[in-house]
Amino acid sequence: MKALDIQDLKKTYKGGTQALKGINLSVEEGDFFALLGPNGAGKSTTIGVISSLVNKTSGSVHVSGHCIDKELVEAKTCIGLVPQEFNFSQFETPFQIVVNQAGYYGVPRNIAKVRAEKYLSQLDLWDKRNSRARELSGGMKRRLMIARALMHEPKILILDEPTAGVDIEIRRSMWSFLTELNEQGITIILTTHYLEEAEMLCRNIAIIDKGTIVENTSMKNLISKLNVETFVLDIEPTTKSVTLEGFVSRQIDDHTIEIDLPKSSSLNNVFSQLSEQDIQVLSMRNKSNRLEELFVRLVEDGRNENKAEEVANA
Amino acid sequence: MPNRNMVALRTIWIKECTRFLRIWIQTLVPPAITMSLYFVIFGNLIGSRIGQMGGFSYMEFIVPGLIMMSVITSSYANVSSSFFSAKFQNSIEELMVAPIPHWILILGYVGGGIARAVIIGIIVTVVSLFFVDIRIHNLAALFSILILTASLFSAGGLINAVYAKTFDDISIVPTFVLTPLTYLGGVFYSLTLLPEFWQWVSKVNPVVYMVNGFRYGFLGTSDVAFGTSLIVLVIFNIILFTIAYQLISRGIGTRS
Ligand SMILES: Nc1ncnc2c1ncn2[C@@H]1O[C@H](COP(=O)(O)OP(=O)(O)O)[C@@H](O)[C@H]1O
Ligand SMILES: [Mg+2]
Repeated sequence: MKALDIQDLKKTYKGGTQALKGINLSVEEGDFFALLGPNGAGKSTTIGVISSLVNKTSGSVHVSGHCIDKELVEAKTCIGLVPQEFNFSQFETPFQIVVNQAGYYGVPRNIAKVRAEKYLSQLDLWDKRNSRARELSGGMKRRLMIARALMHEPKILILDEPTAGVDIEIRRSMWSFLTELNEQGITIILTTHYLEEAEMLCRNIAIIDKGTIVENTSMKNLISKLNVETFVLDIEPTTKSVTLEGFVSRQIDDHTIEIDLPKSSSLNNVFSQLSEQDIQVLSMRNKSNRLEELFVRLVEDGRNENKAEEVANA
Repeated sequence: MPNRNMVALRTIWIKECTRFLRIWIQTLVPPAITMSLYFVIFGNLIGSRIGQMGGFSYMEFIVPGLIMMSVITSSYANVSSSFFSAKFQNSIEELMVAPIPHWILILGYVGGGIARAVIIGIIVTVVSLFFVDIRIHNLAALFSILILTASLFSAGGLINAVYAKTFDDISIVPTFVLTPLTYLGGVFYSLTLLPEFWQWVSKVNPVVYMVNGFRYGFLGTSDVAFGTSLIVLVIFNIILFTIAYQLISRGIGTRS
């Protein structure tokens, strides 16, 4: 069964921003899935609609087969949400926060208290259980939200940029914790704008940009796609059919050839083969690649964020 | 009703009570101080010159009204500030992602407002014992008016918080609406002292029915028939709960 199935989902905010322009997305049960995209792409909006924090404009969402319009209670029960922004009361303690959250899902208090110890310990927060939430560090607050999301033992854990602004050590331990959860059978969906994070953790990935899904494929597939560069060669018109040994190429028409080349491999061989066939190359250019452009922007986002952090930490 | 809802309701209620008990200096102490001042100034100093009101000593006359006044203020303030700060800190999302029916959410918050109002009511009553011997004519009447009033203003505070965008927005209604209504609601005077026209105008002020219903519970007499007080309160409760339900279920002020 599908853990998540989204069909033609659209969201236009009151101000008129069209955050989602009809996205389709499906995640298999047990998957470790990344939704990758630059800032403002619509990741949090998507998560918001799935978890009832944002009203959709149109489209359908099924969570473990439950339609959120008709079987909202069942759908909500399947999901544990770790949102992007801290959203607990700063004046309550971690213990109160997680026990109350379990209560909201109908978990009786005595069971909730046992689980609180389990999950707060797993996330290294048991010592801090009676501190005020506002006294916790950023990384602790984020882990508190993970503990809170697990309290009703959901089948699907959704995390919205869980590692943004978290230092590398905590990021690593969070990764291994999530991997362990996934091995126990929990479906994990996370959004991120770090490709390396998605690469490290996830089996499948969707890439979202400006409210549209650009790519939805396996992680392996994506990486190999990213490693290929396409060149367009303009040649003197020819009636011959051009063949290139050892390269993936397409003859588009009598004067254009496209060649897919793994990055960092040499073009010399291409040219010598072409000369042998007496083909005159007039010009050559890089075929613009949407995915590639997108990643340039992702990397820029990441850099800006790191700079902002450096400034903040200075 | 599934047991899940009961657990959720209890959880919200406990959380609400924990909140106002944690900040008891802000929530429980001020009414005790304000009401002591009222008792000293109006009851003792001025009251002794006023003489009888409605057949009772002035002090006896104003005690029920003053208790009502603190019940109104505290129930409204409890829900409006709690719900607004949940919105402000986004912790309202904890409730929105959970499978909680809207009416459970409303009952939980209103229940918190009622709990604080009842505690305040008891504190003010105890304070008043230092100034006057209280007699209680009808305990059931007292409690029904107390609970209905507290739930009415808790629902009002919730509606206010739904619309509020800043902390200022939750103090406007208490200042410009609740305070005048309470002062003109017969806390300090018997309506029979007013000219006929103003008596008639007073009858559209719901607080008149609460104060008089409550006064009936203590003293056994009042300006308005007790049954009328009850009916008015029930009607107002139904209206405000309906509005609150509409707002919460449509996600006004909470869902984008
Ligand atoms: N509550 C809101 N009201 C209006 N516009 C919003 C709101 N939340 C997000 N947006 C807009 O919707 C777009 C997508 O935002 P978001 O889903 O937060 O992106 P991401 O999480 O990928 O960074 C952005 O243009 C953002 O400005
Ligand atoms: Mg986001």
